[in-house]
Amino acid sequence: MGLQAYLILAAVIFSIGLFGVITRRNTVGILLGVELMLNAVNINLVAFSRFNADVSGMVLTVFAICITVAEISIGLALVILLFRTRRTALADHIDWLKG
Amino acid sequence: MTVEVAGFWALAIVLTGSALAVVLGKNLFHSVLWLALALTGTAGIFLMLEAEFIAGVQILLYAGGVVTVVVFAIVVTERLVGTKLSHTSRNLFGGALAATAFAFGVITWISRTPLPVGRVDMHGDVTRAIGTAVLTRYVLPFELVGVLLLVALLAASYFARPED
Repeated sequence: MGLQAYLILAAVIFSIGLFGVITRRNTVGILLGVELMLNAVNINLVAFSRFNADVSGMVLTVFAICITVAEISIGLALVILLFRTRRTALADHIDWLKG
Repeated sequence: MTVEVAGFWALAIVLTGSALAVVLGKNLFHSVLWLALALTGTAGIFLMLEAEFIAGVQILLYAGGVVTVVVFAIVVTERLVGTKLSHTSRNLFGGALAATAFAFGVITWISRTPLPVGRVDMHGDVTRAIGTAVLTRYVLPFELVGVLLLVALLAASYFARPED
């Protein structure tokens, strides 16, 4: 398979994740969409790395995975905190800053 | 059809199907399990790209770590309220339009760009090359990622501390 096939697969996965981020009402659901999008980016990085024989893309993938883990842990801690204070997990209910 | 092409299509179908199940499913818990399948499928894609180390990291950190943490978060929040979390969607048409337009734009862009056709052989052990690159050229980002993980750990345990 050529590089193109991997890039198109990653674009499709990214779009599905984007769809999830736009349509989900639950904050945990939105986080799952973000995970899919980040995952698609990793496919791109590894594919480019392999087809150009440059190890940099794989190193960046390792960094991206680490940052994703940090992001999901903070995001879920915020969801739990939100539940304690507001008893909700719906993104529409987080409107404290609305005038 | 060679083995590689068949494997790629099988993985692509599994990956796309489970990703769709993640964003369309009605049950939040099932969505997380589909996400685990999608992440494992991605590890398979990495194996096809001969990046064994990245595939291992993917399985350990994503499919093992992230999915476990999300399941824990769902169980904890559901016990806090005592009801099941609602897991509905809205703006389905707008979301589908935006996602399709985005995918169409990117795929058009990809098909117009000249790309390398064949793989270039990477000499030697890829895992060893990654390790060398991390500790030489990318040592500063590596240390910064360490600091970031420490800060994230402290912040997450601070946010989620028991109420006093």
